[in-house]
Amino acid sequence: MNPSGFSFHASQWQPWAILILLLVVLGLALLARNGVQRLRRMVAHQHDPITRDEIREQVDELSAEQIDELLSMREQRKKDSPNDSTSSNTLRHLLLLLLPLLPTGELLAQDGVKTSVTALFRQPGIIITIVLILLPVLAGMFIMYKRISRLLQSYGEAERRAKAKQLAEALADPDDITAADLQRRKAALSYHLHNDELSGNQPAEDNKGLVHINAHPGLPVVPLKKKAAPRPRIQPALSRLILSYLVCATAWLILGTTVGEYLGIKFVAPDADHLPWLSFGRLRPVHTNAVFWGWASLAMLGLGYYIVPRVSNTSLYSIRNGWYALAFINSAVLAGSLSLMAGINNGGGEYREYTWPVMLLFAIGLVLTLHNFLHTIARRGTKEIYISNWYIVSAIMFGIVITIVAYIPWWQNGLGETIVQGYYMHQGVGMWFMLFTLGIVYYFLPQQLNKPIYSYSLGILAFWSQIFFYTTIGTHHFVFSAIPWWLQTVAIVGSVGMIIPVLAGTTNFIMSFRGAWDKVRDSYTLPFFLTGIVFYFSGSLQGTAEAFRFTNQVWHFTDFTVAHSHLTMYGIISFFAWAAIYAVVPRLTGREAPTLTIGIHFWLALIGLLVYTLPLMIGSTLRGLHWMEGKPFVESVSLMIPYWIWRAIGGSMMWAAHLVFAYNMYRMMKKRRQVTISKTAIRQLVMEPAPLN
Amino acid sequence: MSMFNNHRQLFTTAFFLFVGLTVVVAVLPAIYNQENNRPLPGAKALSEAARQGKLVYIANGCVGCHTQQVRNIAMDRPWGDRPGIPADYATIRRTDAWRNTATLMGTERTGPDLTNIGNRQPARDWHLVHLYNPRTVVAASIMPAYPWLFTVKDSAAPGDIVVNVPAAFRYGETGTVVAGPEALQLVAYLQELKQLPLPGSTPASPFLYAAAEKKADAGGSVDGKALFTTNCQTCHQANGEGLPGAFPPLKGSSIVNGDDLQLYVDIIMHGYDARPEFGAMPPVGTNMNFTEKEVTALINYERSSWGNNGKPVTEEEVKKVLSFIQLKTGTK
Repeated sequence: MNPSGFSFHASQWQPWAILILLLVVLGLALLARNGVQRLRRMVAHQHDPITRDEIREQVDELSAEQIDELLSMREQRKKDSPNDSTSSNTLRHLLLLLLPLLPTGELLAQDGVKTSVTALFRQPGIIITIVLILLPVLAGMFIMYKRISRLLQSYGEAERRAKAKQLAEALADPDDITAADLQRRKAALSYHLHNDELSGNQPAEDNKGLVHINAHPGLPVVPLKKKAAPRPRIQPALSRLILSYLVCATAWLILGTTVGEYLGIKFVAPDADHLPWLSFGRLRPVHTNAVFWGWASLAMLGLGYYIVPRVSNTSLYSIRNGWYALAFINSAVLAGSLSLMAGINNGGGEYREYTWPVMLLFAIGLVLTLHNFLHTIARRGTKEIYISNWYIVSAIMFGIVITIVAYIPWWQNGLGETIVQGYYMHQGVGMWFMLFTLGIVYYFLPQQLNKPIYSYSLGILAFWSQIFFYTTIGTHHFVFSAIPWWLQTVAIVGSVGMIIPVLAGTTNFIMSFRGAWDKVRDSYTLPFFLTGIVFYFSGSLQGTAEAFRFTNQVWHFTDFTVAHSHLTMYGIISFFAWAAIYAVVPRLTGREAPTLTIGIHFWLALIGLLVYTLPLMIGSTLRGLHWMEGKPFVESVSLMIPYWIWRAIGGSMMWAAHLVFAYNMYRMMKKRRQVTISKTAIRQLVMEPAPLN
Repeated sequence: MSMFNNHRQLFTTAFFLFVGLTVVVAVLPAIYNQENNRPLPGAKALSEAARQGKLVYIANGCVGCHTQQVRNIAMDRPWGDRPGIPADYATIRRTDAWRNTATLMGTERTGPDLTNIGNRQPARDWHLVHLYNPRTVVAASIMPAYPWLFTVKDSAAPGDIVVNVPAAFRYGETGTVVAGPEALQLVAYLQELKQLPLPGSTPASPFLYAAAEKKADAGGSVDGKALFTTNCQTCHQANGEGLPGAFPPLKGSSIVNGDDLQLYVDIIMHGYDARPEFGAMPPVGTNMNFTEKEVTALINYERSSWGNNGKPVTEEEVKKVLSFIQLKTGTK
């Protein structure tokens, strides 16, 4: 977007300023006129005595206590006689004297309007003069308005006082309003419910087990959230497999983001260490690949092992293959990380730093999983294939295709490498991570909301349009480079096309919340889903915006890209993964993490992400503009330092969130030794039969 | 639709849709580009040292911060004389059976682009000092230091390349810093990173979005300080004192403050290597296509900074000297 041409040096602002001034004057004039009219009305009706209706109204407004007081007063006052009343008219006379002055104010304002003739409008001298005239007029109008309102107030008060006096007379007269009237009114006011009108007097009973009361709530540090609902039992063997995937994923998250955190620090402290294995260029891909292939991929696959058999209504085809896949992928990430730190890499393409023997291990893991899932789906107990399985199986198929295209070792010389790199890095994100995660959301979001997804058709539309548009957008990472111009244009067009699946997906998810928004408050998983949905919308559309040729000039090559990839890989993929993990693990282990630490995880991750990305986006925009102005490059490095510090702060918060998440995983998995009184009692009774009487 | 309830049909359709699109937007363009682009006529393969240096560059992930692509937009003009074209990358083939082709185009420009660094900064001494500790020559740099590419000895053996690092930037080492083989290879690679001119009269494709640049030309005033920061500061330093044993000071320099304008302009335009105690200076002015306006601004900035008190020059004087030098070099 082009910046607005607005400037205080240009002359366009003056007409606007005058227009605003005139509007203010006009507004004040109208206010003043209203005030005067009200005053006139009041003066005209000043002598009207209080009517019976008004008295009735006032009596209705009395409270029970006031009625009591009134009744006792009447008793006391039977012998006394009421006083005469005199009203003072001085105020009214003063006002009438002032009134003729008021219209002059309005006329003055009118004059101001008429002076501004368009032809002269652009002459600075004229403009300044008009402003100079309007300013005192404005001040005068303002003072006048204040005075009128003060007059109105005091005048109204006097009048109300007079009415009060009349009302007091009426009330004091026992013939006018009888004691019986007052007593009836008092009884009505004092009426209150006994709280058993609906429930009756019987003791309460919860026949259907709906009510759960926490007898000892203590001081509520965090709001009480709903417990995970018990689900049908999962095969213990499958449960162990899924948990192992999730535990490995958590381990890679901690390792990968510890590296990321250290990299963030190196931006502001480049001399932190001088060890080759820990130098920036070697560690950067360790971070990105560990969180991609270690954390996000293993978390998704673990959740996939839960979802695919579940929605197919059958058991997993082969649990053993699942273990092999886990071993292959773990060894890929381990071997890859170590080789990167040792200085062995594939030659520079982002997310393609692992060499092909390493990535082969990963691909074998994917092939095993695909085989497993396809066989599970083939023997499904349902007729239709639930949409989650569309997304998940396609993601694995596409992941394998992408890896093969990018890694077969006998092609990609010269620019071929760049074209494949653009394809690979973006398909990895969009076809592997995003597609798989959407499959997870299509299962867990309806489950957590306890209602079906809003529209199955929108899900199908999003599925096909995602494949169609996303596949074409890879080369938008190389706009203005030496790759063919038409290919760049195709990528930009495809990026715009991504609006269709993103809007379809977001609409579908948000509409699924319809009528169930209250559940967000009671659930600790839904906030993660909601955050993921928001970032799915904003992060994806940001990607579209970044693809344009102009925005490429400002943002490409800067840390804006880094902020964007964190908004998406973290805001979308990781938040959805956490949501699903918090939903599924309690179902497998029967144990939940403390609501407090889940809350800490959520807020640290969310706030950390915003502190990480927002300053980085602002700084990068400034840096891009700095480059476009042709200023010295080294100044753009100094310019970024404060923003890099903010990035390190946000990154630290995110990292701390992951430690809390790991603790939550531990709490959900650990067999606690603590004795549960009710459970133990039951067990005792079952194990030791009651003594025979 | 029945297809949606048949897993074979559904997943086969999705698979072939994706594979088909992949072939169209990635595989075929990639094959076409790798088969149909040839290197420029003057292109030479990297020397053996430079080839090894490129492997050092790859192993240490330099591409994470340094791009090697000049885009066809005006803001990339500082990084090369012309936009990059497919032929520039046509010499680059797979590194070996295990590792992919390294065009090293990059996606992050945290540090400067290096497409043309061999022309912009050919001095080996500068690169060695900079690699040992980038802060030595560029105070604001956040580049990682690579001291492990160097060895510290008590005294240099014959044939050793000694790196003159000021005490403040030696991480407490007191011995003689000697460049290791990998450091020398890496520098050899950087020195060979040069943008080739297009053959004969082939016009280069234009830099787009050049509106801002034109305005600056028409505006008249050129910022001498910005020119100095961009082109001179990494060696002669912001305080004009240079780096003892590597780059001469401009502060108090007899050439800067003296009257031999011809020598002064000649050094700016064509470089200088007359003093053995300092590194060679590249032809900065020629590399960057300095106009007389820019040379004048630069000279006047240097003559009036850091306590220098040289006579200001006018554009006419510089123009006269420039055309004289061009005549001289032209006849050579």
